[in-house]
Amino acid sequence: MTERVVIVGGGTGGSVLANDLADRLESKLDAGDVEVTLVNDGPDHVYKPVWLYVPFGQRETADGRRRLDELVDDAVDLRIDRVTDIDTEAEQLGFSDGPTMGYDHLVLATGSTLRPERVPGLAEGGYNYYSESGATDLREELLEFTEGELVLSVVGTPHMCPAAPLEFVFMADDWFRQRGLREDVDITYTYPIQRVHGNPHIAEWARPIMDERGIEVETFFNAESVDPEAETITSMEGTELDYDLLVSIPPHGGIDLIEEAGLGDDGWVDVNKHTLEAEAAENVYALGDTAATGVPNAGSVAHYQAGVVGRRLASEIRGRPATATYDGKTLCFIETGMDAASYVEFDYENPPAPAPPSRKLHWSKLAYNESYWLTARGLL
Amino acid sequence: MTDIEPDKTVDARGAACPGPLMDLIGAIRGADSGAVIRLLSDNEQSRTDVPEWAEEAGNELLAVEEGDDHTAFYVEKA
Repeated sequence: MTERVVIVGGGTGGSVLANDLADRLESKLDAGDVEVTLVNDGPDHVYKPVWLYVPFGQRETADGRRRLDELVDDAVDLRIDRVTDIDTEAEQLGFSDGPTMGYDHLVLATGSTLRPERVPGLAEGGYNYYSESGATDLREELLEFTEGELVLSVVGTPHMCPAAPLEFVFMADDWFRQRGLREDVDITYTYPIQRVHGNPHIAEWARPIMDERGIEVETFFNAESVDPEAETITSMEGTELDYDLLVSIPPHGGIDLIEEAGLGDDGWVDVNKHTLEAEAAENVYALGDTAATGVPNAGSVAHYQAGVVGRRLASEIRGRPATATYDGKTLCFIETGMDAASYVEFDYENPPAPAPPSRKLHWSKLAYNESYWLTARGLL
Repeated sequence: MTDIEPDKTVDARGAACPGPLMDLIGAIRGADSGAVIRLLSDNEQSRTDVPEWAEEAGNELLAVEEGDDHTAFYVEKA
């Protein structure tokens, strides 16, 4: 009998896993013993880190899009459709356009969605670089911005790429300096807890850089509302900031279907953080942003987790015990300006130790961005 | 043992920092004034994070209860 693996979500985690399984289970796929289906609600794969560079005029959003059918192995069935129902009892998925589909193994890699509506006024008053339209809108605004108060507000965690808010203010600081405008632009960074980043080691590294560069910091700032008319943002803690340009990291959530299926709160699947198996259902894995592991919502995490789930599924399909586990490995480059970057690598046991910023690391990051498509193909 | 009856319990056991505090902040955001939220956390950092934030935000930390494998924080929304 053919074993059916269904992967929902064609981002980094889903694409890498589909290609990993195509390679790992090649003979079984050829023999028809296994079917791997990748479901995505659109024909394209999107590489979101490109968006950080769009507001500064360094990349186009099109640079972060490729067709999934060009990235995913031909042995994988690609289904462009939207999942409307996850029934883990019947082991079946419902779709908006096509017939239902049963599965023997389900992997949820549905990623994050932006929820700016959770803060009144935020969608109307703020810009962001966490979506294609947001990044291009911010580019138009930033290019016109020559003086005033720029506020970068991290409204909630978890959010995609925890380093990106730091990168944005470091890059903006450098970008305005290079254009001779820095003295006319005040930059303020807000963060919900008492330091500038969730990870204490990264916060301790970043804070002195912010102080040296005159980037103002407001910690314990949980945005409660934005008044687009008055151009103010107010926190639950009672602080009000004036802004001329508000760049926010909007609240994030997963997809509603996950909560409706009883797999976890707010669209994140409760998983065993080592095996990535769902706590509430059999034969269900989650990876990347979708898996509530406590590690950063980052592409490198999805990449490493896809390798673990690929190995586990291959073992299960071969009738062997699954022994591969995820150790929390995360790897990030952190831009510290327009031509310098740092780098961190850490896991559940070992904390990050940011490398001294250098041009070499900046170029390494840009080189990785270009070679990312090899990652999506499962080659790197 | 406290006899405070919470209006809502947030179980953040197993979550890494700053997850527990952010879960508490999220619950407080959606609560009415006067509501009591109980946060369960097994993260060491919560012992300092939660009191510091409660004071900063003007909410009252009513009690801290030590369990075998976690700490329970009772926070009343101002």
